[in-house]
Formats: sequence, C-alpha cells, structure tokens
Amino acid sequence: MSGAPTAQLPPVAQYALRLGDDALILAQRLGEWAANAPELEEDVALTNIALDLLGQARVLLTHAGKIEAAGRTEDDFAFLRDERDFVNVQLVEQPNGDFAQTIARQLFFAAYQGLLYERLADSADPTIAGVAGKAIKEVDYHEDHAAGWTRRLGDGTEESHRRMQAGVDRLWPYVDELFLTDQLEQELVAEGIAVDGSTLRKEWHKRVSSVLEEATLAAPESSWIAPGGGRRGVHTEAFGYLLAEMQHLHRSHQGARW
Amino acid sequence: MVLVNEDVVRQAAAAVPDPELPMVTIEDLGILRDVMVSPGGRVAITITPTYSGCPAMEAIAADIREAVKTRGATAVVVRTELAPAWTTEWITAEGRRKLAEAGIAPPEPVGEASRSGVRARSGPVQVTISPRCPQCGSPRTRLVSRFGSTACKALYACGACGEPFDHFKAL
Repeated sequence: MSGAPTAQLPPVAQYALRLGDDALILAQRLGEWAANAPELEEDVALTNIALDLLGQARVLLTHAGKIEAAGRTEDDFAFLRDERDFVNVQLVEQPNGDFAQTIARQLFFAAYQGLLYERLADSADPTIAGVAGKAIKEVDYHEDHAAGWTRRLGDGTEESHRRMQAGVDRLWPYVDELFLTDQLEQELVAEGIAVDGSTLRKEWHKRVSSVLEEATLAAPESSWIAPGGGRRGVHTEAFGYLLAEMQHLHRSHQGARW
Repeated sequence: MVLVNEDVVRQAAAAVPDPELPMVTIEDLGILRDVMVSPGGRVAITITPTYSGCPAMEAIAADIREAVKTRGATAVVVRTELAPAWTTEWITAEGRRKLAEAGIAPPEPVGEASRSGVRARSGPVQVTISPRCPQCGSPRTRLVSRFGSTACKALYACGACGEPFDHFKAL
C-alpha cells in the first residue's frame, strides 16, 4: 500500500526513514557489483556490505511503519514510495562509476555512519539505538575495507592513484550534505532521539583526511558543493533509474513473494 | 491437555542447527536468547542475529517453530531482538571446538582482535593477529578477504600448508 508523503509522517518515523533510506539505497548500489567486481573476493565483500546495510534498512523501515500505524510494511516503504518520498542523502545514490569511485563513496559514507551510530547507540528510541548498537561493529569493517583499498589504490601505480583521486574528487561535493541539520533533526536531538549531524563534521574530516594522507591523496582544495536536499526528497538524476530497477518487479507483480 | 515441559522445549530449540554452519547449534553460537512457556503451552522464543543482514534468521525461526511444535507447543512465537548486540564472545567453548573441528578458525577473544578498539584507534598502525590455521596449526596465515562465504566469516590462507580456510571474525 502507498501512504502519506514522508514529510507528513511523525518526526521519529521520518528520522527512521532517513537512516533506513541511506542504508537501503547504498545496499542497492553495492548490489550492482554482484558478478561485476574486479575480483571474486571483492564481489563477495561488496555484496556482504550490502547485506549488512539491507539488514539495518529492514528494521528501520519496519519501525517507521509501526510508528505511522497505518499498516505499511518494510516492502511498502521500499517499493511503493516515489522518488520525492525517499529521504536518503545524495551521496549514497551516486552511481558506482569505476571501482575507485565506489571505494571513495564507501569511505565517505562508512566514516559518517560509524560516527553517527556510535552516538545513536544511546538514542532514546530503543529501536534506533538497537540498530545502531548492533551495526556499529559491522560498519567498522566497512570503513576498514574502504580505507584499505583507498591506501592501496592511492599509493599504488600511477594509474591507480589517478583513478582513486578522481573518485575522491567526484564524490567530494556530496560530503557537505552529511553534516547539514534541520528543524526536524533538532527537535529530535532535544528529545535525545537523534544526533545533530553538524557535530560529526570535525571528527569525520579528521578520520578521512588521515586515510587520504596515507594514500598520498588529497581532498580537492576548491570544489563545488552540491546543494543537497536529499532529506527533503530532492535527488540527483541517477536516483530515478536506481528506483526503477529496484521497484519494477514489485510494482509489476503486486503481491509477488519469494 | 498436553503438558508442555519447558526443559524439553528449550532443548528442542537449542538443538536447532545453524543453516549455514550446520556443525553448530543456535545455542552454541549464542543466537538463542530466551525460551518462555506459558501454562497453556504457548511458547515464546527470542533469538538475536549475528549480523544485521544475516539471511539465515528467517530459516532459523522456521526451524525453531518446526522443532518446538513436535514437542507439544500449542503456539510458537519467535521474536528477534537486537539489543544487547550479539558478540562472538557468546559462542560457547563447545561451539568453538566444533567450528575448529570443521576447519573454521574460531574467533579470537574480542579484546585481542585485530579490530579491537578500532573506534578509538588513534593512528594508522593496526596490529593484526592472524588466526592459527585450523588444518595444520601454523600461525603463519594471511588474510585474503575480510568478507567470506557468509557475513560472519573472513577468508584466510595458510602460508605453511598452503590451504585456504574460513575464520569466524571477532565481532
């Protein structure tokens, strides 16, 4: 069933969808690497990471449905919402590009999600705290995986360095949005449920800069900054295509089950 | 009225094998958290996932329902609880022994894991303690990939006997 627009849901449901959509959409992107990664071990690694993220998303989307109390399930939220009702950050929807670009996206997101979950593990919302507390050690593995590849490619051959730097440059404009906060988030911060994203910025830069430095890479000195808007349902061109692929089976065969 | 014995139900649930690691039970792995039987024979069982996205959870829940029903339960509810988060510390000594016997290097204690304290890590240097080869016992092993055939395992290779093996990652 389709339901009310995301923006009209209770605040905690909206927040759960923000967290859940980040995880769901990145899982979908990583799933595209199945049978396409440069080596078998990476195929397995990227899809394992996708599976971890999907596990988080399922609990969070189900939670949003329970708070809404209108009967929507995790599947309804994943497959029957339209683009403007998804509230993930734009970073996670960016196309995979080459392997280096995917790794840059992984590094940026895992560093952010790790810092966020570390704090959300103490959330006053028990489900959000449960997901964060459970996932935090998994996210450590995700970050470590991305950091390892960033070093290896950045400090590798001339070609791998060039492509890793290009991946960093390509994704950098979408970093800023991770740390934007808004009224909804602030209201939930006051209730002890959410984390103020802007308070993660400094530590994130510290973590990521140290990896880039070891990898002989650098954050671009001057870069345009994407205007963001993912949390308000504003997305980039690539997102519609992702949704079309993710949702078409469910929408074409309503009620189909495995 | 059929009397449902709590111990019998508990034993039936505890004996359910993990679908992806059939040499160990859900009790060995610390997945089984709680078994409650009401006087009317209704059974409520709580399990916890090893990893957030572990695809075995649904199969485990179905296997538990099946196992418990044959012990006279009138209704079975299997609940999944995330908190407190599962850790490899909950794998029993018996579970570790069975894993090693099946050629899967059991997890090291979390405190000594190579990833221990990663959240608080201060520098780029990470000390890696490799698990011993479960085939030949050599400590000369090398990480091939942190992500293996299931979410909970990493892939290693032994430098002494040359065999690849799975390692249950400390979490």
